[in-house]
Amino acid sequence: MMIPALELKTIKKSWGALQVIHGIDLHIEEGEFVVFVGPSGCGKSTLLRLIAGLDDPTSGDILLQGKRVNTVPASERGLSMVFQSYALYPHMSVRQNLSFGLENLRMDRVEIDRRVDDAAALLQIDPLMARRPGQLSGGQRQRVAIGRAIVREPQIFLFDEPLSNLDAELRLQMRVEIANLHAQLGNTMIYVTHDQVEAMTMADRIVVLRSGQIEQVGKPLELYNRPCNKFVAGFLGAPQMNFLSGMIHPDGTLDMDCGLKMPVRLGQTLSQPEKCTLGLRPENIGVSLDGAGDMTVKVQNFEQLGSVTYIYTVFANGETLTVQLGQQIPLRRGQEIGVTFDPNRFHIFAGEDERALELIGRATA
Amino acid sequence: MGLATFLTRTRGSADKANRIGAADILAYGYLALGVLIILVPVLWTFASSVKPERAVDSFDTRLLPMSQIERPVEGVGNKTSWIYIDEAGTTQEVFKAGPTRRETDVATFDNPTDVFTVPRTGLEPNEEVRIATENYLDPILKRNGQDNFTFFTYLFNSVFVTVMATAITLLINAMAAFALSKYRFRGRLTFTILIIATLLIPSSIILVSLFFVVWSFGIFGSLWGVIIPAAATPTGVFLLRQYMLTIPDELLEAARMDAASEWRIFWRIVMPLSLPALSVLAILSVIWRWNDFLWPLIVLISDPSAHTLQIGLTTFSGEFDSDFHYILAMTVVSLIPITLVFVWLQRFITTGIATTGLK
Repeated sequence: MMIPALELKTIKKSWGALQVIHGIDLHIEEGEFVVFVGPSGCGKSTLLRLIAGLDDPTSGDILLQGKRVNTVPASERGLSMVFQSYALYPHMSVRQNLSFGLENLRMDRVEIDRRVDDAAALLQIDPLMARRPGQLSGGQRQRVAIGRAIVREPQIFLFDEPLSNLDAELRLQMRVEIANLHAQLGNTMIYVTHDQVEAMTMADRIVVLRSGQIEQVGKPLELYNRPCNKFVAGFLGAPQMNFLSGMIHPDGTLDMDCGLKMPVRLGQTLSQPEKCTLGLRPENIGVSLDGAGDMTVKVQNFEQLGSVTYIYTVFANGETLTVQLGQQIPLRRGQEIGVTFDPNRFHIFAGEDERALELIGRATA
Repeated sequence: MGLATFLTRTRGSADKANRIGAADILAYGYLALGVLIILVPVLWTFASSVKPERAVDSFDTRLLPMSQIERPVEGVGNKTSWIYIDEAGTTQEVFKAGPTRRETDVATFDNPTDVFTVPRTGLEPNEEVRIATENYLDPILKRNGQDNFTFFTYLFNSVFVTVMATAITLLINAMAAFALSKYRFRGRLTFTILIIATLLIPSSIILVSLFFVVWSFGIFGSLWGVIIPAAATPTGVFLLRQYMLTIPDELLEAARMDAASEWRIFWRIVMPLSLPALSVLAILSVIWRWNDFLWPLIVLISDPSAHTLQIGLTTFSGEFDSDFHYILAMTVVSLIPITLVFVWLQRFITTGIATTGLK
């Protein structure tokens, strides 16, 4: 069995009386691109800082290549990190920024120059080598920050929301570049973001965090198609999954507040009727303009993007339903349209922790 | 040209900028007043330092260095020259051939034996503008009996004390400020407050205890006795700490991720980024140490070869008589090095601000 590149064992972290990380266990394999995603304040950055060694866990163990590194200072863990603010040394040129870490390792000058030049070529920053960070644009600074991480040839790259200071276009471009970089270098990468699109597009595996706990770990589509609870279901996917509230009966009948009644095949037995939430992805809803279908809804607003149409509708009881269509259709506000649902694509969340119920015959994609 | 545009700038946007408003007049007036308050004493010192001894002693307040002409008189020696104006208004150059009385005996330089008597009120000193270079050259070249003033020894001592004390001050204060601003430890705030609180204690109060400390360390009478006690300044620690607080922690963390030791972080990251504050402290420290008088006097009084310039200046003030013309001249000389230091260091203050490249 291969030794995982990184292993976290019941990591806990408190700031004084405030506990921010509540016992996290995680294995990260060699060469994986893992994204920590979650709303702000969920502890994802704290977790990254614990791995980096910039903060110490209150309890639990951190293992790198099978070795416990809790007491090893950040400077000796052999990881490199790209900070949200880039944290480039403002008084050094780009070349000095890149070589600083290697100089600290007392590396041979020739080797330093070779690695720096390689990284500069890879990131296309070679014309900027003599400049100071103050003379660079945001995207260029971002590249230098990544370059500084690359030259170290670290065991693991840590990224702390590296794209959040860039504008939308540049963010898209850098996202692709980082993904390419991972394919090229093959290093283990841990990437923290609050942006679920970044998580979905870049990750081999996503770790969804909420208030210091792991909600679910898995491949992006696994999480998208089979979210283990309502939080994960709502966090991944844009536009967000629709949530309708109602009851589920032990015989599998859904009795929703909006009037929808439908049988589903439960993969588990319920002892009594339970309150539940029905989750519907916007793209899994069919539309008929003549009003036929499982339910009728009223169009409040819509967005025609050409390839996609988003329809924002409302049920008679006031619950909203967003529909995503892969085609263009004529619409007007206030119009009544019929919607059809596919029970094989239902997500049903019940119980206090709003966990997903097992359904038989559910489509996986 | 550049200076003229600089001095005629007015406030406001470009379209209003050509008009001179009340605010401009007030601002320039205020600035001019400030310049005068700072500059006049220095200029006065300089103007007085080139006046001859007699003019300085008689509190001659004219701006130009006026000096009474002296000429040799055969068989008598040098005599000061006077102008005699008689009632008719004709003038005649004379020297006093006897004591000054209401009716004074005078004679002309051409015919010194022909003594005649004139009323004292008709005599005016015969003056010319002359820069009294002897005020500067006598002490420096040990002329005119100024053997006790060993200028180059004093200069060396002053430079040594100032340079060493400033270097040690910068290093020690920066290290203390780094720890107090960037490390989290129990009692950090307490230590900071304690250090700042020592600002409240006047130096004259700790003079005696400081004397005993220096004495017991065996550095009394040596220049190190001046340098070391002055090295740790609360002002410097506070100034640098406040500045270092503005250096983002992420830079230090990035350096840690770059495998830098704490010592390297201090040297390669924190010190260069604190250059503006370090320059300010360097200027302050140079001025303090250069102008320091009381403490060097106490420590070094027994050994004239260890005197600094400021103590050296006391050579000229005796119990009964002070050579103010030498004091003034040597004061001007002692101003030159710190002025140069300031000119050199002040550009770091501005470049430091300009190169802070964080967003």
